[in-house]
Amino acid sequence: MSGVLLIFFVLAALAVFGAVSLILQSHPIHSALSLILVMVSLAGLYLLMGAEFVAAVQIIVYAGAVMVLFIFVIMLLNAGVEERTNFSKLATFGGIPLGLALGGIIAAAVARSSGHLPPPAASGAMSSTKQLSMQLFSTFVYPFELTSFLILVAILGAIVLAQREN
Amino acid sequence: MVPTNYYLILSAILFGLGVLAFVFKRNIITIFMAIELMLNAVNLAFVAFSQALAQSDGEVFVLFVIVVAAAEAAVGLGIIILTARNRRSLNVERVDLLKL
Repeated sequence: MSGVLLIFFVLAALAVFGAVSLILQSHPIHSALSLILVMVSLAGLYLLMGAEFVAAVQIIVYAGAVMVLFIFVIMLLNAGVEERTNFSKLATFGGIPLGLALGGIIAAAVARSSGHLPPPAASGAMSSTKQLSMQLFSTFVYPFELTSFLILVAILGAIVLAQREN
Repeated sequence: MVPTNYYLILSAILFGLGVLAFVFKRNIITIFMAIELMLNAVNLAFVAFSQALAQSDGEVFVLFVIVVAAAEAAVGLGIIILTARNRRSLNVERVDLLKL
């Protein structure tokens, strides 16, 4: 087994462990820490694929900004251990088979399409960050400008929602 | 090199776990985290395809997804704060005004 494959399996196992831990933990702050583990291992996978800029953005924006926001809200609302409620029968008998069926359908689609996928490009063929920025500021320049408007609307919405009415 | 399929299968597993967390968690903040987990799984598939096709379009899409996720987190957490203030609880089963 080559070293790259070994790194992939370690990072993939960390990501899956974090996702399972997110489900099993009963305290929201533990779930948030598990989600940070998933995001950091995904950033490692992006580095492994040669997408350095996306890996940096993943760490800075997701693991940094978004998760700090989550943890602030958890502490602000003083969220405690999740209440255990008895699941409805519909959730138990309908939800678990449907969830497993969804996973099965996605896995079957991936397995069936495996013959059509091109082999991975030779490493270094994609000089990622320069090519990415050229594309972002030429082909995708209008969507890029629109995102600034989206962020402005989101900031205004968050302020209006969270303020106390007098 | 790691085969592209491995990344796609990992992405599918993470997405499925996100769906399970979304369905089974009762805390509204944790449900929101499950949505972020699903978005991350989709990003992984985007980057994997971008690498397989040797084009950077997929990575541009990932940047847009991250921007939208950040905006969504800001607005969503505002809504969560409002809900918690009105209902005095973070349990989604207490938010049942539309239930018959």
